[in-house]
Amino acid sequence: MLELIVISTLNGVLYGMLLFLMASGLTVIFSMLGVLNFAHASFYMLGAFFGYQITRWVGFWPALVVAPLLAGAIGMAVERYGLRQVHRHGHVAELLFTFGLAFVIAEIVQIIWGKSPMDFRVPAALDFPAFTIFSTNYPAYKMFMLLISAVIFLALLIVLKRSRVGLIVQAALTHPHMVGHLGHNVGRIFMLVFGVGTALAAVAGVIAGPALVTQSDMAGLLGPILFVVVVVGGLGSLPGAFVASLLIGLVQTFAVSMNGSLASIFGPLGPDHAQSLLTDVWNVTIAQIAPIMPYLLLVLILIFRPMGLLGTRES
Amino acid sequence: MSNATTTIAPPRSIGADRLRFYGMWAVAALILLLLPRLFSSSGSLTAFSLVGISIIFALSYNILFGQTGLLSFGHAVYYGMGAFLAVHSMNVIAGSKLPIPLPVVPLIGGFAGLMLAIVLGWVSTRRAGTVFAMISLGVGELIASSALILRSFFGGEAGVDANRTKLFKFFDLSFGPQIQIYYLIAAWLFIAAALMYGLTRTPFGRMCNAVRDNPERVQFVGYDPHVIRYLAFCFSGFFAGIAGALAAINFEIANSAYLGAAQSGVVLFATFIGGAGFFIGPILGAIVVTYLQLELSDLTSVWQLYFGLIFIGMVMFAPGGIAGLLMKHRPLLRAGTLGSVIPSYLVALIPTLAMVAGFVLAIEIIVRHTVMANESPIVNLFRVPFDTSKALTWIIAAVLLFGGYLVSRWTWMRMAHAWDRAASIARDKGYMA
Repeated sequence: MLELIVISTLNGVLYGMLLFLMASGLTVIFSMLGVLNFAHASFYMLGAFFGYQITRWVGFWPALVVAPLLAGAIGMAVERYGLRQVHRHGHVAELLFTFGLAFVIAEIVQIIWGKSPMDFRVPAALDFPAFTIFSTNYPAYKMFMLLISAVIFLALLIVLKRSRVGLIVQAALTHPHMVGHLGHNVGRIFMLVFGVGTALAAVAGVIAGPALVTQSDMAGLLGPILFVVVVVGGLGSLPGAFVASLLIGLVQTFAVSMNGSLASIFGPLGPDHAQSLLTDVWNVTIAQIAPIMPYLLLVLILIFRPMGLLGTRES
Repeated sequence: MSNATTTIAPPRSIGADRLRFYGMWAVAALILLLLPRLFSSSGSLTAFSLVGISIIFALSYNILFGQTGLLSFGHAVYYGMGAFLAVHSMNVIAGSKLPIPLPVVPLIGGFAGLMLAIVLGWVSTRRAGTVFAMISLGVGELIASSALILRSFFGGEAGVDANRTKLFKFFDLSFGPQIQIYYLIAAWLFIAAALMYGLTRTPFGRMCNAVRDNPERVQFVGYDPHVIRYLAFCFSGFFAGIAGALAAINFEIANSAYLGAAQSGVVLFATFIGGAGFFIGPILGAIVVTYLQLELSDLTSVWQLYFGLIFIGMVMFAPGGIAGLLMKHRPLLRAGTLGSVIPSYLVALIPTLAMVAGFVLAIEIIVRHTVMANESPIVNLFRVPFDTSKALTWIIAAVLLFGGYLVSRWTWMRMAHAWDRAASIARDKGYMA
């Protein structure tokens, strides 16, 4: 039992940090441009596929740097030539634009790399067990993922809270016109933020690619969960996104490793149902409902705390 | 143009308006009746049935999106719930020989959608805008994923099937042949479309528009925007349920794909491409999108990419959709200046088509070199064979694409000038642009 708790906690925190790498970019982009970037998970997928391709050509370490830069450049181009044009038609048009973009990116990835999973391996330098707890080998690559996400998290925090650039970005979040009057190029700030946000998602893609599955449906699977994180944490709240990422990471990881169901808890005390909807509910295990846990959480949060965990406004 | 009242077009007589209005519905009914006579092949009958279903679905979506300004990413949930309840009730009716004929089954589906909307709507519609979009996405995912867990109701991966011919006979109609199903769908399409149009003309429909445009003002007038959004949501769920039940009758099966994100995406595409601002928009969009789904998939293996690109193109350049584009021309048509822009249109069209052709050719070349690398390199584009392994084809594609882009930019600028001239004449004559 203790073994399960320790391993699941490690995995859950890891998954949560990965989620936060993406959710942080999504949150900042949302606070700045007022648009939820539907295609954010697509940049995560692009990161994973670019990472895979560059790893095959030159190696993993260059890929870790080049792939996010490439994805970030694409993100900036999308902001400059796509979103900015659509902006005059309103927020709904922007949301729809990113929705279409997510669709197109998924198709393009399928055209180039096909539908089957890629053989994206953990680099040899990190392919060893980091430590052994309770006779389970914990892979070093997972510790590396944790390290990378923690470093980026700290760097982001310092840049946003302690540097001049962060100051301007924060000001542009709330008072874009005033920042513009002070002589800053707000359009360029938006473009850079969009680029950095998408690059962060791509970093998550590169490091998650070898550990999880690199496949053309990975964006479609992760995208909705990302939105859950952002809404549960509170739209536009960076600390909220952090808490929600860890929460959802832990909840999902623990749920997957648990096998209990109502039937197993109550055992022979349970009512004797015929084959009906209730039997399904009675017999379903926690592991089986793990995929819908985030959405359940979302609905509960929206009922009891519509502004999200740490959100300040009920937007 | 000092006063707004002077710029309004001269009013026409009420009688003529009324005649036009009922005439339009009569023509629509006539078209629905005559379509199978004009195109009687089984393929076109199937296509018409699918178009009919997706028109109802898209119109129901537009109650939310176009009328009330609620962008939903999970509308297929209500469609799917209608489909599942229709299938289950068909099985129950056939099993216990209840005197309920098939044409009533869509109503059951409609009430299934309505019930689900009543349950989920109050929480979902608390906020409009992005929050509503996210909630609808989350609820949609929740129910679509639950469908795979609750196997006894949703039938797991395989779904639940039914036999539509085993129901209580209604005027000796067996509902086996597709032509009878077509007329069933056509009848429901006419009823549902008329009801939904009527809904837009009621005070409630007007309040929906007001909530879309200015919810704060609505509160000052004394209405609760939340209640209005909730009611619109329920109506929308009801009609989506009807569409879903018709789909279930048409295919005699309901499975979890009916509820999924892909289905929600298609209805959003259809409504937006058609144009959410006009009642006719979703109808056009549903026709175009269903036609594209059926035809484009035969022509190219990457049709979904074109589909997405068309959608992005519409979002960027024509946010009013097809209906919006057409309606822009109405003042020019009334003022009689439409003829003066047609030459510029034709001039602009040629390089634009060249650019599109080059773009399509470029995509197909890439596809032949990646996905279909070991198949024949010949691609038939507009009945012209191109060998994608030859450099010449690549050059043609590049010339068409970039040359077309440069020339069409210039011609569209000319087009804009011609448009401005024609529009200002129309404005001077009193037709609002």
